Order: sequence, then structure tokens, then C-alpha cells
Amino acid sequence: MEKFTTHQGVGVPLKRSNVDTDQIIPAVYLKRVTRTGFEDGLFAAWRNDPDFVLNQERYRNGSVLVAGPDFGTGSSREHAVWALQNYGFKVVISARFADIFRGNSGKAGLLAAQVDEKVVQALWDYLDDNPGGEIVVDLEARTVSTPDGSVQDSFDIDDYTRWRLLEGLDDIGITLGHDADIAAYEAKRPSWKPVTQHA
Amino acid sequence: MGKTLAEKVWDEHVVRSNPGEPDLLYIDLHLIHEVTSPQAFDGLRLAGRKVRRPDLTLATEDHNVPTVDWDKPIADPVSRTQVETLRRNAEEFGVRLHPLGDVEQGIVHVVGPQLGLTQPGMTIVCGDSHTSTHGAFGSIAFGIGTSEVEHVLATQTLPQAKPRTMAVTVNGSLPEGVTAKDLILTLISRTGTGGGQGYIVEYRGQAIEELSMEARMTICNMSIEWGAKAGLIAPDQTTFDYIEGRPEAPKGAEWDAAVAHWRTLVTDDDAEFDEEIVLDAADVTPFVTWGTNPGQGCAAGRLGAGAGGLRRAERPGRRREGADLHGSRGRHPDARDQGRHRLHRLLHQRPDRGPARRRRRARGPQGRRRHPADGRARLGASAAAGRGGGPRRRVQGGRRGVARRGLLDVPRHEPRHPGAGGAQRVDLQPQLRGPSGQGRPHAPGVAAGGRRDRRTGHAVVARRPGAGHRDRRELRGPLTWRSSPPTRESASR
Repeated sequence: MEKFTTHQGVGVPLKRSNVDTDQIIPAVYLKRVTRTGFEDGLFAAWRNDPDFVLNQERYRNGSVLVAGPDFGTGSSREHAVWALQNYGFKVVISARFADIFRGNSGKAGLLAAQVDEKVVQALWDYLDDNPGGEIVVDLEARTVSTPDGSVQDSFDIDDYTRWRLLEGLDDIGITLGHDADIAAYEAKRPSWKPVTQHA
Repeated sequence: MGKTLAEKVWDEHVVRSNPGEPDLLYIDLHLIHEVTSPQAFDGLRLAGRKVRRPDLTLATEDHNVPTVDWDKPIADPVSRTQVETLRRNAEEFGVRLHPLGDVEQGIVHVVGPQLGLTQPGMTIVCGDSHTSTHGAFGSIAFGIGTSEVEHVLATQTLPQAKPRTMAVTVNGSLPEGVTAKDLILTLISRTGTGGGQGYIVEYRGQAIEELSMEARMTICNMSIEWGAKAGLIAPDQTTFDYIEGRPEAPKGAEWDAAVAHWRTLVTDDDAEFDEEIVLDAADVTPFVTWGTNPGQGCAAGRLGAGAGGLRRAERPGRRREGADLHGSRGRHPDARDQGRHRLHRLLHQRPDRGPARRRRRARGPQGRRRHPADGRARLGASAAAGRGGGPRRRVQGGRRGVARRGLLDVPRHEPRHPGAGGAQRVDLQPQLRGPSGQGRPHAPGVAAGGRRDRRTGHAVVARRPGAGHRDRRELRGPLTWRSSPPTRESASR
């Protein structure tokens, strides 16, 4: 997992609330056996609309999604996080996140920044005035801002998830930090324990 | 204080323990299959990681594969992709695979025991909930998700919070014709599908000791239907006899060393469980289930009591084996002259219906309209009428109308004395019997703020507001539930 300290990228306004995981990535796209390639199903139902925000050229390289409240509700599928990441999103900003989505995001390295509803509105206003404008997210300082300084506010994230993202550690990375303990345990295992492959 | 079997096995596998953090548990055997592993392998690939212990990993194709024509290309595209991906991954990461057509290919929970890879005192995981099957050998075995599959592949460990422990003690011998499945269904129907939630359950007692390994695997497998994290049974001579001589079982001096250790894997006399259930094996009878969850079951012999049906089979001298009860097309031998399927009656006829009803039914299937709601216990009028799902059906007269038309299996005339007529209510919805799991404030069967019957001392679930007499449910029979006072450990969890 990449370390996350600060990110500056094109903000994409998604002016909808209660975006559930089936809207992020419909179930029909879940048959894949990889963890990549889910960008084609991201917001699939809305992508047919030429006016949908992701179909507009200026948001093509969007990496900071600014969404309405209660983002990521519904099914627990981790694919929703993967789809956003596969598309190129590094940060999702919303006033409220569904718990499971927030947990999945932290584990996969997508920053779910929870802000006040007024901040979401201010960012939307900023992006209306500056289409294709960038947003700066500083995880160390826990702030979200715009380059022109018109929006400058803090966001919420729990300390543990913040630490993991700053260090670029996923669950496996954390466990591998105890590699010496695992090796010491393996050295003590009885010889009669079964193995599936014989040397 | 002594340790329970589960605690012994757990403690033997703790790689690292830190207060406030889950224990890091070493995994002795990781079984994988084509459905829950592809993205775990892809995650390894993306992060540039390898499988830490391919020699403790075994793959088979068993979840989404055909059981016929397996020598031909798989027709279903999703299944084909999954199987091909598993084969590629096994090759790339050096994992032993038993593919379709291989003599050792089979149900992932059975391959381990048959090869002798499943042994007492192990930790076994697999991306499938019914991994608890391996608990029959005295191992801690549980199902995991795809992210955890990836974690085990990469580290051979898993961070796990220590579950609470429960003992289910079954005293005496199971009656003839009563199987392991009847026993676990009895447990589930009496305590609800969440009765085991949060626990590693140890099954013990004479009835358990008398079971074959296959029957023990059935019980441990269905611990999941009971909501438990895992189920296990202490290893004994039956276990050792099953394992000895299998391809991957220890041999010679290794075997002796292994058995010597396995014999220590029993719950100490002074060990304490967080929860304990005691059951009398003699009280367990053949079971039938219906509906949509495994808690919706009842004793086959008792259900028909009011109608004078199967009960006759229970009289001395006329007892039939459970296999006959459920046997050929559900037809009971005694029922042949009447030309009627007893199992069908069990599910669709109200036990308190009189002869008139039976005559009408005897005219044939046209005598009564069939409906998806038939036999669904304790539904409201709208649900029984199909509005809860399935085709719509209008029933005049609301809930009572539904019952009157025989669409609802609600016994209206309960015997006053539990056990007098041998009848058992069929309208139990175990999930309504109160919360389960951590901090259970009361025995199952007693709703929060519940009470006990003054005369019998049995738990009585409070009536739901506005509901009539038939909403009263009793937890009866010899099942007892003992809850030890919370220990310092369990209270802090």
C-alpha cells in the first residue's frame, strides 16, 4: 500500500446523497476474479447519461470525489472501494460515510474524509466556479482546502486508520512487521504436524 | 484453574499476544477453493508478495463446479473462469491442487479428513463458513473471508480476538434411529439460530463420545447454523483410529509422539466455560425442518401427535427407525394403507384437524389448493398470503381467515400440560426468542424482561402486544442452560 501524506487532485462533485455500493459498482460487475479493472462498472447506471459528471472531459482525471451525505451505504462489497481506486480516486469527501464502506476504505488505502456538510457545499460551490479545479487533502494536518484558499477546513478520521494510511500499511503489512515472532513460532512447531508438500 | 480444550488449542497457536489487541494466531492448515481465493491471490500479486507456507496450503475445486461431465470444458463462464484462475494461481504460487477429475478432489471440508491432514489440536481455516467441520477432530477450525485468505497466504497467521467458550454436554445415549443431525437440529430449534453466536462450542458427553467421526463432523459442521464461531469435540480413540494409516497421518515414532500429545487435548476437570448447555440424549427424536432457517424444526414424532398420525409409530413395539420416518418419499410404513405422504402431512396439515378434514384431503391434491405460504409457521395474514414474497394472494378475513383455510400451521389447541400429549409447538420462531451472544442477560427463550411460568418454572416468553394466547411460547424439555457468572476476562471483552 502506498503511503498517503498529502494529495492534490481534480475535485469531482457528486451531488447525490445516499449513494449506495450497488450504485458505486452494480452487482453484475462483481464476477471478475481480479482486484483491478472495476473502473468500467463505477457508477455504471449513471455513466449512460452524457451529462453525468464523470462523462465530462474536465473531470477526466478526477481523484478527489466530493459526495453528498451517507456515501457507501448498502452491501458490504469491497469492490466499491476497488472500483473508486481503479478509476483513480485517492480521496472521497462526504459529510457521512456508511461504517462498512469506511472500514473497507481504510483497509484498502482510500482516504474517506468526513467533513461538515457546509464544507461539502463550499467545495461544490468552488468546483461550480472553477470546473476542473483541484482540492488539497493533507492527512498529516487533517485538512481539506482549495489552492485559492477559499475553502480551508478540517476533516475527521480515526487515529488508527490515519496512522495506517500515513505508514502505507495494510493488515498484511502490519502482521509482516512481526515476522521475527512468526519465524520463532515456526521453529518450535512439532515435526509431526502435517504438511501438504514433502521436500 | 484448568483450561478448556478450545483454550488449550488456542494457546498453543498464539504467535504474539498484546493486551487490547487481537492475538496473532498461527494457522496449521489453510484450505482454499476456486470461489473465495482468486482476489486473494491477485492481492498478493499486486503487492509483490508470495505464499509464505505452500506446504501448509491445499487447494481443491469444489464450490462452483459441475458434478457431472467434469472431463468436458465447464459450460458456465463464471465457473470456468474461477477454476482456470485457481489452476493458474496454484501453479504460480506453488500450491498443491486437487482439480476436477483427481481422485482426491472433493468437498473441501472432507478432503482434509480423508487425506489425514486434519488432525487433533490444529488451527484450520478456509474461505467457507463450514470449515468448522474439522472441529470434529479436536481442532479449532473456522471460516474466513477473502481478505483473510490473502492474509493467511502471505503470513500463515491471522489476528483473532479470542472467542468465548461454551460446552454442550449430551448425557446418555441417542435413541435408536436418531442421528447427529437430529441432535444439532434439536439444539438449534431450542435455542435459536443465534444460540451459539460468539462462542467456540465444545460438544461432549456420552452421546458425543459414541458418535462416529462422520457424525461428529456433521455436528461441528452445523455449529455454523447455530451461529457459533466454531465447534469442536475432544479427540479420543475413535479419532485416532480414523486418522491412523491415512496418507498424511504421522507414521512410526511420529505417530506415537502425536498421539501422546493428542491425549492431552481434553478439557480439564476444573476448567470453566463461559456458558454451558446440558441435554438429555434420550429426549432427542428424529427431526424435520421447514421454512427458511434451520431453527424452524421440530421433532417428527411429536408433530403429528394430535392427529394420531406418526405418534402411533412411537408406541412400544411399533417403533420404526428414523430412516423409515423420513425414508422413501417421506412415506411412513404405517401410512401406506392410507395412501398418504406423512411428511407432507407433517408440513401441511394442522395437527388438530379432525377426521372431516382428513376425508376431504383424501380426495387428492385437488382437494386443497397449494400455495407457497403453506406450512410457513406463524406468519401474519399478509405474509401468509404471499405478500412477504412470492405471488400475491388475497385471503379474506385476515390472519384468522388464513388459519381457517389451513394455510397456516398454527396449532390452536395446545395441550395444557407440556409433554402430556407429547405435542410440541411448531410455531417457534427462534429468532424471536431474545437476543443472543455477548452479554446475554437471560436464558434463551426468555425475552428481555421475560418471566417464568409460576407452576412449571419454565421460561415463558412475554406475549407480544396485541397477540392472542397462541403467542405464548415455552422452552421445555430437559434442556438446561447454565450461565456462569461473568469472569473478569469475559466481562472485559
